[in-house]
Amino acid sequence: MIEIEGITKRYNGTAVVDDVSMIVEPRTIAVIVGTSGSGKTTLLRMINRLVEPTAGVIKLDGADNRSLPGYQLRRSIGYAIQGHGLFPHRTVAQNIGTVPLLLGWDKDRIKARVEELMTLYQLDPQAYGPRYPHELSGGQQQRVGVARALAAEPNVLLMDEPFGALDPIIRTKAQEDLLAIQKRFGTTIVLVTHDMEEAVHMGDKIAVMDAGKLLQYARPAEILARPANGFVETLVGSSERPFRLLSLGRVRDAVEPGGAEGEAIPGDASQRDALAELLWTGRPALPVKGADGKPLGRVTVEGLVKRARPA
Amino acid sequence: MRAWLPALLRLALLVLLVVFIASPGWFEPLLRPLTENGAPAIYNQGSLLTLTLLHLRTVLVATVAATIVAVALAILVTRPAGAEFLPLSRSLVNIGQTFPPVAVLALAVPAVGFGEKPTLIALFLYGLLPIFENALTALTTLPGNVMEAARGAGMTGWQRLMKVELPLSAPVILGGIRLSVVISLATATIGSTVAAKTLGEVIIAGLISNNLAFVLQGGLIVAALAVLIYDGLSAIERYAARRMGREAE
Ligand SMILES: Nc1ncnc2c1ncn2[C@@H]1O[C@H](COP(=O)(O)OP(=O)(O)OP(=O)(O)O)[C@@H](O)[C@H]1O
Ligand SMILES: [Mg+2]
Repeated sequence: MIEIEGITKRYNGTAVVDDVSMIVEPRTIAVIVGTSGSGKTTLLRMINRLVEPTAGVIKLDGADNRSLPGYQLRRSIGYAIQGHGLFPHRTVAQNIGTVPLLLGWDKDRIKARVEELMTLYQLDPQAYGPRYPHELSGGQQQRVGVARALAAEPNVLLMDEPFGALDPIIRTKAQEDLLAIQKRFGTTIVLVTHDMEEAVHMGDKIAVMDAGKLLQYARPAEILARPANGFVETLVGSSERPFRLLSLGRVRDAVEPGGAEGEAIPGDASQRDALAELLWTGRPALPVKGADGKPLGRVTVEGLVKRARPA
Repeated sequence: MRAWLPALLRLALLVLLVVFIASPGWFEPLLRPLTENGAPAIYNQGSLLTLTLLHLRTVLVATVAATIVAVALAILVTRPAGAEFLPLSRSLVNIGQTFPPVAVLALAVPAVGFGEKPTLIALFLYGLLPIFENALTALTTLPGNVMEAARGAGMTGWQRLMKVELPLSAPVILGGIRLSVVISLATATIGSTVAAKTLGEVIIAGLISNNLAFVLQGGLIVAALAVLIYDGLSAIERYAARRMGREAE
């Protein structure tokens, strides 16, 4: 759990982060969104004390983050820096193994962990492990940066626009992988992004920042349905809102009794995907099947359209 | 063909240098026309090989000492605790450079006597500046997000210095050492005015006895050494820079 209590950071008298309080529950993902320069990175860096706050307290699992020396604190927190920040003079494998080495893991364990992460991020350990960062594409570098942050299996992970340079396909894959890792290890994640789609998809809660202030901190559905003010509404994107809201729900939860013609859609698919399929094929209803392939019922355009508005 | 031509020229120069130092007698007919009144064409007051090795040793010792002091100083003044000494250390090192080496020799002899010592002092002072300046430039222009990543990973100040800052600065620091070595190779010759055993002895002997052949062979050996060492260090520098994905300037 991360408890941020009245955190302020001033540079030359200007508050860059202004009295921000928020709680990130254990094993959840908090996504920070906001315009450029709104203080997202600064807020993130105060959690692992790369930046010391002017005022306020941050507690990790109940303990003040100043109770440990900074370097020890940072070894226990994964940090994927904005723009990857890989060590140019170290190979990909050495980069990923940085924190485990600092923590004194033995060689075999580091090697195994590095290979596991490289495989997860679709970088062949044999081919890419001995390469230097400048011999990789931007997207590959970014994946190595994320792998480096994950290497020591931290409980808390701070990620600053980690997927910015990835193409849509690899980005979706990287997001799914991160969600899977987060589920498996129960990691608490704070993620900064400019991509509202990503925020809605990844976040258990979304924090909206503007000019150093936390404008709203709530579940994605809440932010979409009841934006705190005009700024949040603009950021959320009013024209996209219904579709984002639908993307939060599963088809399973929109099933109505009855049947329909054509290929069935899995109950796990998002309601947005179902609506897209209906609109694209011009049908009024789609059959829905469960994970076991058994028919569950159907979804209708009408039913989905109702769900695209806040209750 | 273009690519290996310079390498071939360097190799030829190296072979020529080694052969000349090892058996200068073979070159006597070439240098003979430069002498008058049957004066010897090849330096005969000592072995060229020994003088070359002593010359190189003097330069090596002075450069190693200058490197250690200059890099340590640069590290010191780029730490938060030492930042206030930055202007002071800059002016100290600049004074070392503006002081003519001959004057350093003249001042050092009364203090430490004749021989190699005053020469070492002059070379040391003279070699500090380029290394210090380059080390300072390198340490203050490290990529910000790489340094942040090093802190973010939980490296201590010492670990950041040893594992990130110095390796990343190495190519630029090497550039400073290269300049320093080349200056020292030439400057070491004047050490022979205070009885240091360097190739300057050959040149001075030539000047005293009006023997152009001596002056030329002393000068050429120093020049060839400078070219070869400069090239060698440049190659190491390029290799180090390439490993870091940077283009060597
Ligand atoms: N060390 C510093 N000294 C002075 N001002 C700073 C410093 N670091 C950040 N700032 C200022 O604080 C503000 C917030 O910066 P921050 O990096 O947190 O923004 P951000 O929300 O992460 O922006 P982006 O989306 O562009 O990454 C900016 O106006 C920036 O110029
Ligand atoms: Mg930022």
